[in-house]
Amino acid sequence: MGRYALQRLLGVIPLLFVVSVVVFMFIHLIPGDPARLIAGKEATLEEINGIREQLGLNNPLWQQYIDYMGRLFHGDLGNSIRSGLPVSDMLATRVMPTIWLTLFSMGWAVIMGVFIGIISAINRNKWPDHVGMITAISGISIPGFWLGLVLIQIFSVELGWFPTGGVDSWSSYVLPSLTLGAGIMSMLARFSRTSMLESMREDYIRTGRAKGLHEFIVVGRHALRNSLIQVVTVAGLQFGFLLGGSVMVETVFSIPGMGRMLVDSIAFRDYTVIQALLLLFATEFILINLLVDLLYGVLNPKIRFDSK
Amino acid sequence: MSQQSTAAANSSQGSGQQPAAPAKRKSATAEFLRKFSKQKVSLVAGIFIILLVLVAIFGPYITPYDPSAPDYDALLAGPSAKHWAGTDEYGRDILSRLIEGTRLSLAVSLSAVLIAAFFGTILGLLSGYYGKWLDRLIMRGSDVMFSFPDILLAIGIVAILGPGLTNVVIAVAVFGIPSFARMIRSVTLSAKETLFVEAARSMGAKDRRIIWRHIFPETLPSVIVNVTMKIGGAILAASSLSFLGMGAKPTEPDWGAMLSMGRDYLSIAPHVVYFPGLIIFLTVLAFNLVGDGLQDALDPKMKN
Amino acid sequence: MNKLLEVEGLKTEFKRAGGNVMAVAGLDFHINSGEVLGLVGESGCGKSVTSLSIMRLLKGTPGQNAGGHVKFEGKDLLRLSENEMRKVRGKELAMIFQEPMTSLNPVLRIGKQIEEPIRLHLGFNKAKAREHAVHMLQLVGIPRASEVMNDYPHQLSGGMRQRVMIAMAMSCHPKLLIADEPTTALDVTIQAQILDLMKRLKEERSMGMLLITHDLGVVAEMCDRVVVMYAGRVVEEAPVKELFANPQHPYTQGLIRSVPKLRQKVKRLESIPGNVPDLSHMPQGCKFAPRCAHVMPECMTTEPELLAVGGEGRKSRCWLTQQSEQKGGSAV
Repeated sequence: MGRYALQRLLGVIPLLFVVSVVVFMFIHLIPGDPARLIAGKEATLEEINGIREQLGLNNPLWQQYIDYMGRLFHGDLGNSIRSGLPVSDMLATRVMPTIWLTLFSMGWAVIMGVFIGIISAINRNKWPDHVGMITAISGISIPGFWLGLVLIQIFSVELGWFPTGGVDSWSSYVLPSLTLGAGIMSMLARFSRTSMLESMREDYIRTGRAKGLHEFIVVGRHALRNSLIQVVTVAGLQFGFLLGGSVMVETVFSIPGMGRMLVDSIAFRDYTVIQALLLLFATEFILINLLVDLLYGVLNPKIRFDSK
Repeated sequence: MSQQSTAAANSSQGSGQQPAAPAKRKSATAEFLRKFSKQKVSLVAGIFIILLVLVAIFGPYITPYDPSAPDYDALLAGPSAKHWAGTDEYGRDILSRLIEGTRLSLAVSLSAVLIAAFFGTILGLLSGYYGKWLDRLIMRGSDVMFSFPDILLAIGIVAILGPGLTNVVIAVAVFGIPSFARMIRSVTLSAKETLFVEAARSMGAKDRRIIWRHIFPETLPSVIVNVTMKIGGAILAASSLSFLGMGAKPTEPDWGAMLSMGRDYLSIAPHVVYFPGLIIFLTVLAFNLVGDGLQDALDPKMKN
Repeated sequence: MNKLLEVEGLKTEFKRAGGNVMAVAGLDFHINSGEVLGLVGESGCGKSVTSLSIMRLLKGTPGQNAGGHVKFEGKDLLRLSENEMRKVRGKELAMIFQEPMTSLNPVLRIGKQIEEPIRLHLGFNKAKAREHAVHMLQLVGIPRASEVMNDYPHQLSGGMRQRVMIAMAMSCHPKLLIADEPTTALDVTIQAQILDLMKRLKEERSMGMLLITHDLGVVAEMCDRVVVMYAGRVVEEAPVKELFANPQHPYTQGLIRSVPKLRQKVKRLESIPGNVPDLSHMPQGCKFAPRCAHVMPECMTTEPELLAVGGEGRKSRCWLTQQSEQKGGSAV
């Protein structure tokens, strides 16, 4: 386990490095002069030169990258072009809504997805399986922003059960989480079905039945344990999908999170904010994948008790 | 002994796809078509897609109204005998706009996926065939791309290039490349080891000839399945970008853009949102079902 | 001697696209209590399907019961409800399998897996079940038994895992143990150890055993009586010594001839020409006729019955042996 964990940790470092380079290059990839972009349209030549000086844009690129990384390590993500405020301050209130939203979505998606997967697997090719799999492929195919709007129309506008947007109360998270989790839920349902069917074919399932165990135990303890290890891995990998989807869902439900912030800053060409958010999203995604890898190691005894 | 019984007897050993000799390929294709057509749902979805393609081609001739002609007497009118899907905030006929938009949506997603398939396949072939540092370079590159959640990568690209449908195509294509590259690489690796490539090499064939004549045909079924599977995702991605105002201009009859505009009238005229969303949903669903069907027909291991 | 298990006319069919086929086509045999019965035949002749049919473990296979009786101490297992059957499985009838590498759950600790049937069938609490499990592991000769309780299957060798399987099967004192090729997947030296262990446990516990194997060496070493199976049917039944001394059925004769004289290497029994017939293309008469060296015209048209022949407790399904019996002559 130790060696496995170390390998994973070391594997992440070059990835983070390259991602930071890509994100750093972002501002230089935009056609036009970065200083002019950052200064804004109405800026005078002096102002532009001032910014160029201030940000060290005259220095060679590698020097700029080192400075950029140096600022990052001090928590300095630069200032917003639009408001002039430090991006890190602007982010302060934006992080939690997105985190809650993704956690709630992932939570119900995993529970419901695995549940549907199991039901489908044990009723393979019977009607519960068909219903489950039709639900699943529909969930994968449905546009999230549309599902969100339909849910708002039905449950907020018509029935008035939930707010149409914002994050004033926990009930505000219900519809957005349903919307954001639908896709993951469907993928997990399909995946856990396949995985359960594979587990059910294993010899140890026959052993369990030969011991006289109830089918419920055979499925719930023996088959599910093995499948869950894989399901957890896949769920983790789908986290990126959630982060991407949060952009859409936060827009539909007017949730003041990081995704909404990204859309707004693109509309206003607030490049420093875009840059910071891309870095945050990518880093978060990489770290979550690392966490999933480690969790896989903990859950899978073959790795946990391998080399000391 | 009949073929059926041997197939049944061998089914437990898994039916790894044996690289068929060219002479055998025809019967493999027939077998594949037979299997695919047995899956009724995929067949229905396939027919739906054919209809969509026809609508895309003949769109301008079958729209009941001019898709961009406003009718100020019928603003946000609900579905009726006159306007089957109602009208939008300018009184434009939604059904006509949906028909017109079919061409746009299919063109955008198909071109994005084909571009991704083109570059991804080349990278995958090179990576799998040559291996070594080239393989490592390409695979690490795709790792980096995978570390940006796909739609965010597309948003980043559009942020750099600016909004517009052309840039949406580029963005969606770029995030599709790594998955093609990875998949083609693994097919290439197994194809490389098969006998006839060994034989071709021992006869002194050039690398380019081996890749093009021997390995590429082996990857073709996977490419086709993956293209079908990706189109649904591409339609979703492109319409999402349009919905966020990063794709089609509001004047264009793009499905995502129509939804985005209709959003403001959700509480008074929900049909403005319902119909464009429904058509996106059904289209994506159809492509996903056909993709599933193709995959099952090519890899029946999972089905039974 | 009282009969522990009686199998009468047992039929198991495989669901196939072009119509069902019989994998086990009317099987009759019995096991006396405390006796080891060998079930022998080439692979594909229906031995494993027979054992799964008796245990009613066909779920997840293409097989389904198609008639017959399996009487265990007089009660017909095939007529029990699923709930009643579960109380028999693992308690009175236990089973071990060919693949010790995959028959244990890779993500559960050994201890947990042995405790499962103990707690279920003997109603022990956690502490007592654990104690009993450790005792069982010691009984099957596992060193550091209490440490192994906390191990996962992949940490043990194949032989150790088969010992764990045996410990698990024996934990609730079954009256009958069904062992399906228990040593086939193991090294030769380990094979001998496991067979010795099974023999010892059988003696100590006066338990009946159905030993399924294709290895006549194992049969000679372990069994009291032998049933030879071919194409889902019993073709010969005999006490073990008489079977080897004077095999009646040409198939049995072929099997015995194909065993290497000095048992250095356990070969697959394939020196009989031809293959086991495909289930959906069974020959019309005697199922062995196409491969038989002594084939006669009637063999191709009519299947012979399984009839007493050649001595006490002996049966054979062959026109030739039955004819020579009538003439009072000796078998082929």
